[in-house]
Amino acid sequence: MATVTQYDLSAMTVRELNQYLHHELPQQSIEQIEIVNPDGLHSIAVGMNQEVKIDILGHAGYFTAGMNKLAEVTIHGNTGWSVAENMMSGSVRVKGHASECAGASGHGGLLVVEGNTSSRCGISLKGTDIVVGGSVGHFSAFMAQAGTLVICGDAGEHLGDSLYEATIYVGGSIASLGADACEEPMQPADLQRVAELLERAGLEHDPAGFTRVASARELYHWNADAGQEY
Amino acid sequence: MCGIIGLLARSDNGRAHLGEFITPMITCMGTRGPDSAGLAVFHTPLENGDRRYGFFHADSHFDWPSFQDDFSSQVARQTESRVLESHATIVSSAEPDDVKQWLSRCYPAVHLLSVGKSIEVFKDEGHPQQIADRYQFESLSGSHAVGHTRMATESSVSPAHAHPFTAGEDFCLVHNGSLSNPNSVRRKLERKGIRFETDNDTEAGCRFLEWRMSEGDTLEESIEASFSVLDGFFTFLMGTADRLVLVRDAFACKPAVVAETDDYVAVASEFRSLAHLPGIESADVYEPKPEQIYSWQQ
Repeated sequence: MATVTQYDLSAMTVRELNQYLHHELPQQSIEQIEIVNPDGLHSIAVGMNQEVKIDILGHAGYFTAGMNKLAEVTIHGNTGWSVAENMMSGSVRVKGHASECAGASGHGGLLVVEGNTSSRCGISLKGTDIVVGGSVGHFSAFMAQAGTLVICGDAGEHLGDSLYEATIYVGGSIASLGADACEEPMQPADLQRVAELLERAGLEHDPAGFTRVASARELYHWNADAGQEY
Repeated sequence: MCGIIGLLARSDNGRAHLGEFITPMITCMGTRGPDSAGLAVFHTPLENGDRRYGFFHADSHFDWPSFQDDFSSQVARQTESRVLESHATIVSSAEPDDVKQWLSRCYPAVHLLSVGKSIEVFKDEGHPQQIADRYQFESLSGSHAVGHTRMATESSVSPAHAHPFTAGEDFCLVHNGSLSNPNSVRRKLERKGIRFETDNDTEAGCRFLEWRMSEGDTLEESIEASFSVLDGFFTFLMGTADRLVLVRDAFACKPAVVAETDDYVAVASEFRSLAHLPGIESADVYEPKPEQIYSWQQ
């Protein structure tokens, strides 16, 4: 049975917790950590750099599990802005809802939000896979360069604005597409990709019900004729 | 940055202990706004034509007893009065215009913070914890309250520049964000005879909304009109005699979190301001959508 160690953020600061996670934990053979009383505090478990299971029991604040590498972090509640921003590897799961900029700039790993995310989910994504069980707010996947955003619910306005080579799959409705984002037919590889990510996220949906959104690549090159009247 | 908070109590216990719930909410937001703070609390409406006047003088040793005596002899009888540091409250049947004229004539250094049957405003320069202690926020009772912690970005730090801003009667606004066209809004309103007290952007927003309402719009219609007039970023939280009203701009890049239970509606810039509230574990916690007007009646 895994060793579970509990830390209480009503009795220590986030800085003390993170210093422990960065400096002392790597010297110990602890496989699982529980963090209680997060109470919306910011920057909990940022900068992890080892395989360990971390459970945050309650609602967390901004930047939770930011810059994650290798660790498997679960937030048993809601989380504030920029959860799992700039993730390199490992996984972050939010059992509730996430606020703005979830998974921003992530390079790798998997982010699962079982509830909804607010605006700008996956902004400037660089390789992380994001699965949202609910809906996402406006400007999601803005300037996303690589990686996948699977949205089981609805997408807000300007989805995929100025998209590069990330791919978006939407199970529900799309309020509007952003500049240069376009819907494309689902190919067998898309169905397989969505099925695989849904399975990893533990969410049951029919991949055939998803719409693929990708870059039309019209913004890749400057068009001197655009908007010209003479 | 800046932090905003609001609480509307839905139970007698919540109304009686409003100050105890609201104080940790506002002091927690000290990290978002350490230079000044303010709170508007709404009481049971006064009757018999009385209004509650809130006054401020920058000198905490100001001679308030003489001010109160002069008010009684030169303006109107007082039915109630209270002094707390730089702040004084007078309940009186005096007309607002008479009070304003008297102030500008006899006490130009005294600032009229609020007027109304329900509203009472406290605001000052300093860390929110100091302001909460100075004005005894914990002892306050009332149906709802709107608070703000300020990190000034666009105009100077002074008690007058602290939020909440008031205009008209029983109306206040706190703001997280910044407006980029407050000067043009101010010039337009000044041409209509509306007087400003500061160069603060939020005051322009507050006076614009109150001007629309004085022209016959509902608060909702005023807010809708503001979408095409006020340019900038905002989460606005407003208090009226019987409501809390919340709205975010179209980009919604200034935060807000709402928690609702049977006992209260609470609003804050960040969840950690709400974490101490009773029943928060089972509250309906959500993020308000852009350009959607949220209104909660007491």
